[in-house]
Amino acid sequence: MYAGRKLGSGMTWFNGIYKNIRKFLIEVGDISFFAGRYFRELVHPPYEWKELLRQCYQVGNRSLVLVVVTGFIIGLVLTLQSRPTLIEFGAESWMPNMVGISIVRELGPVITALVCAGRIASGIGAELGSMRVTEQIDAMEVSGTNPFKYLVVTRVLATTLMLPLLVILADVMALYGSALIEFFKGDVSFRLYFNKVFDALGYGDLIPATIKSFFFGFAIGLVGCYKGYYSKKGTAGVGLAANSAVVFTSMLLFILDFIAVFVADIFYEL
Amino acid sequence: METVIEIRDLKKNFGDNHVLNGFNLVLHKGENLVVMGKSGSGKSVMIKCLVGLIHPDSGYISVLGKEINLLDQEDLDDLRVDIGFLFQGSALYDSMTVRENLEFPLRRHKKRLGVVKDTTPLIVEALENVDLADAIDLMPEELSGGMKRRVALARTLILRPKIILYDEPTSGLDPITSKGIIELMRSIQKKYGTSSLIITHDVDCARVISERMILLVDGINYAQGSYEELNRNEDPKVQAFFKK
Repeated sequence: MYAGRKLGSGMTWFNGIYKNIRKFLIEVGDISFFAGRYFRELVHPPYEWKELLRQCYQVGNRSLVLVVVTGFIIGLVLTLQSRPTLIEFGAESWMPNMVGISIVRELGPVITALVCAGRIASGIGAELGSMRVTEQIDAMEVSGTNPFKYLVVTRVLATTLMLPLLVILADVMALYGSALIEFFKGDVSFRLYFNKVFDALGYGDLIPATIKSFFFGFAIGLVGCYKGYYSKKGTAGVGLAANSAVVFTSMLLFILDFIAVFVADIFYEL
Repeated sequence: METVIEIRDLKKNFGDNHVLNGFNLVLHKGENLVVMGKSGSGKSVMIKCLVGLIHPDSGYISVLGKEINLLDQEDLDDLRVDIGFLFQGSALYDSMTVRENLEFPLRRHKKRLGVVKDTTPLIVEALENVDLADAIDLMPEELSGGMKRRVALARTLILRPKIILYDEPTSGLDPITSKGIIELMRSIQKKYGTSSLIITHDVDCARVISERMILLVDGINYAQGSYEELNRNEDPKVQAFFKK
């Protein structure tokens, strides 16, 4: 009896995992089809330039302050946390190199993308979800306009184009934050600090980071749009769309980051 | 009489929920046809099948002589211009002003309507039809429920459709505003000679506007006839609609 119960709970646990993995894989498949449709619609006219510009402004404007503040604080904190260790090893002068490389290669893109996932993906998910629930998307469709092109293509393209710009802004702010600490605590001038940062950075740091920022932006827009566009009816559906857009995007960003680092590493070794 | 919409043996299931079980309908040119049914009886599903928003499991749907299921996306979009659709909750684009809401359907169909550049006269005319010319620069959130429904009607009219589908046009409105909307529907039908298919569970709306009615029960057209004929019908399922 006891063994049976244990086996039973084990099977339930296994079934739970199986169902979740299956659900996740189905979702990945659906998002892949959604991405396929995005690329098809992207290359076919008519093009929604005006809406694209409006979305670029929205994406940039929505996240600008958040990215500036987050970037600046990351620079401050990273420098403050690393200083004691570097001083202990007599490597204080390596601070700009270390901060520069870690910000540009990894922290800038990943943290900006995560911040934007919270801000933009949830916003897009809620906006499109609400439009779905109130039949605005259906209204577009029956008026003979392609809502996918107008709502999805413009938003995904806007996030893809704007995220690298936001990442650059976050990188600059983080470096300023770090330089500020070095100026007050290490007596290093801003000019010297930035000279050392630029000496340490090469194309091998900048190009992969920029390329992965485009992918991050694409993932944020795509998942946000997918979750909103296919949100379930009712107000709960809108909340769920916004919430799951953030969760799924965040997870996807880490997977993409791992792939990007892995691929970049292969190129470094060549 | 010329037929503008024909539905034959329409079936639609959502899992185990059999919503439409062989529904039939014919709408003639210039006619006001009311389909009545209880909430969840499949009225909205049927009307959405007509414009290709929902794909039926089986059945034949023809609108203005074109079979919906056989049309590709481009032809369907072209046909949709001839079909106006008034949504239950108005479905105004809440990030756009009233002007932009009315401009939106015109974007793809300017040539067809002979509008070269300035769409303002067309928008003003549509808003004047619903007595809301002053609301042109307002946002949807600044409008009352009745005003939203009127703007939605103006947006429907702007493409000069041959058929208008009304999905619960008076739901959520007070009796006086409902009466106003019904009057507006009648005047539009008179002015433009459109054919109307009205989905409702509002008996008063049906009484005033219908020339013919279909009662949708258990996914089929359970009974049909004029308001008076159905009101006299002693079948308990029919009478359930007319009891106050």
